[in-house]
Amino acid sequence: MTSPLFEARGLTKHFKVGGNLSRKSLHAVDDVSLVINPREIVALVGESGSGKSTIARLLARVYEPTSGEIRYQGKSLRSMRTRRQTMAYRSDVPMVFQDPFSSLNPAFRVSHGIMRGLKLHRPDLGRAERRAEALRVVEAVGLSPAAEILDRYPYELSGGQRQRIGFAQALAYRPKVILADEPVSMLDVSIRVGLLNLMTALRADEGVSFLYITHDLASARYVSDRLLVMYAGHIVESGPTESVLADPKHPYTQLLLSAAPDPRTPLEVSGSDIGEPPRVIDPSPGCRFRWRCPLAIDRCAIEDPLLRELGPQHSAACHVASAVADAVSAE
Amino acid sequence: MPSDRVLDVRGLTVEYGTDAGAVVAVDNVDLHVGPGEFVGVVGESGCGKSTLLFAIARLLSPPAAITAGTVDFRGDNLAAMSEKELNVLRWRDLSVVMQSAMNALNPVKSIGAQFRDTLVAHGNAKAEIANRSVEVLKLVGIDPIHLRSYPHQLSGGMRQRAMIAMALLFTPELVIMDEPTSALDVVAQRSLMVQIKELQERLGFAVLFVTHDMSLVSHFSDRLVVMYAGQVVESGPTRTVFDQPAHPYSRGLLDAFPSIRGPRLHLTGIPGRPPELRNPPSGCRFHPRCPVEMGHCKAIAPDLYPVGTSHARCLQHVPAADTAAVMP
Repeated sequence: MTSPLFEARGLTKHFKVGGNLSRKSLHAVDDVSLVINPREIVALVGESGSGKSTIARLLARVYEPTSGEIRYQGKSLRSMRTRRQTMAYRSDVPMVFQDPFSSLNPAFRVSHGIMRGLKLHRPDLGRAERRAEALRVVEAVGLSPAAEILDRYPYELSGGQRQRIGFAQALAYRPKVILADEPVSMLDVSIRVGLLNLMTALRADEGVSFLYITHDLASARYVSDRLLVMYAGHIVESGPTESVLADPKHPYTQLLLSAAPDPRTPLEVSGSDIGEPPRVIDPSPGCRFRWRCPLAIDRCAIEDPLLRELGPQHSAACHVASAVADAVSAE
Repeated sequence: MPSDRVLDVRGLTVEYGTDAGAVVAVDNVDLHVGPGEFVGVVGESGCGKSTLLFAIARLLSPPAAITAGTVDFRGDNLAAMSEKELNVLRWRDLSVVMQSAMNALNPVKSIGAQFRDTLVAHGNAKAEIANRSVEVLKLVGIDPIHLRSYPHQLSGGMRQRAMIAMALLFTPELVIMDEPTSALDVVAQRSLMVQIKELQERLGFAVLFVTHDMSLVSHFSDRLVVMYAGQVVESGPTRTVFDQPAHPYSRGLLDAFPSIRGPRLHLTGIPGRPPELRNPPSGCRFHPRCPVEMGHCKAIAPDLYPVGTSHARCLQHVPAADTAAVMP
């Protein structure tokens, strides 16, 4: 077993909301622990406001955590203080953003973004080597002819091509983990699959890990090895993708799964849940899903459920699911 | 006009005037909606689906303009009506639900005030206004207390519901919807779709629903119209289009959705990118991306040919009798 690339423990991020005198805080991420292994694609799934992008930003060091610790290759992020360490970290863990129309500078050619990154993060390369490397990464993301693409402006590219450039920029730094925040949700259906295939190809060819953030369970299933389901700042279920989707333990995962449209199967009409977002401003103790949960019991309003292993590497944070598991093992 | 149609669009063409000449965004589209029918229009960005819908509702603004065709709504041609005549129909007989309720609702007016404006414009009495507003909010599952709320005080799902309530203030025969669920989460999206369908069955209005997400309408629409590069490329009963897509583009779109149940298959999507309408490909507009392109697709522009209960714009489906005429 190789040691994990990322290991987060008790990761928490609160944001102050309201005016200067306000003491309210928004619990975007609460007590989250997660692991990303080398050459692994981990999907982080949840609805908007569940805290999944905040996790990506914590891992990218855009935000400092309120509490908790992130270790990268065994070293705490807090201990990386020097500019050199910070730069090395940023080139190991780049981000790819959701909107390919606003994440590239429209005033410069495509080559500008890639070359600048190379100059900054890999100063050992000479001019010709930089050019060669830029050509290599553009080809690696499936764009050709690479030389011609490098000389284009972003407006000359389609959405799918721009998003590929986003991946090429990330790739130029020789990354270990790419944090991809909803990379395909703005793209047309017919080109999404190409980008998802690109992620698996980059893992195979370049050995990169991915944290794939999405609200779309079907695409998460398509690319990922492991699945983390978030609700209201907590991870409520985690495990190997197939086992989570084949046998979802948490009622929220079950709800998400039943709401995902699939033209190949008939419609299951489920409950009257209208998809109201959770309230995470100064939440009271207890399970945050209990307001919407069809299975909620008294205990759910008193005690926070903790993630507990209910199957091989498959955990869920639900009092009811763990009571069911206890009953089954007692038999 | 056959009386079994609420909406009958024929040969509708919309052009955008640009410096480089006219761009045809909607090209000779035929479409009809029966009473109480749910028709889905699907296609990728830039295929002209929203322009088509705006043209039908007469909401186009320059440089876009209808250059040909008729939009028959219960016997009247909307395309030839004056604004004054349209104002009588709008909201009362024909209403539109926009993609983003945040932008479609007035941010500085309460929901109730916006409902009132609409009702007053059609000459409703004061007493009736309050009753009707409460009624429609209840209809979509919002507590009537929110008549006093401003749009920013509602969640995304509630705003979309309020928009739908507004569209149902009168008893319209046709509600046109432009991706009303695209800003919502899966759970909210699904619940809104179920609700639209229930309301439709209860109140009996017809729906023309535009979306880029084919899987979203798969369980709700009666008929599907697939658009590509400004043209209708396939139309037919929803289940038929899903089970036996007749056009290679519809098949490609369907195969681009990863399945959430069933076997985990490797997918390829559709190679290439949608064409620019400024300069559409010759012959069949899909030929550069088509996996079954046959030499003559480059040269011959296909028509819509009948395939079972559907129609498809593909040379594979030229009726035997016409083969000689179409393919010399």
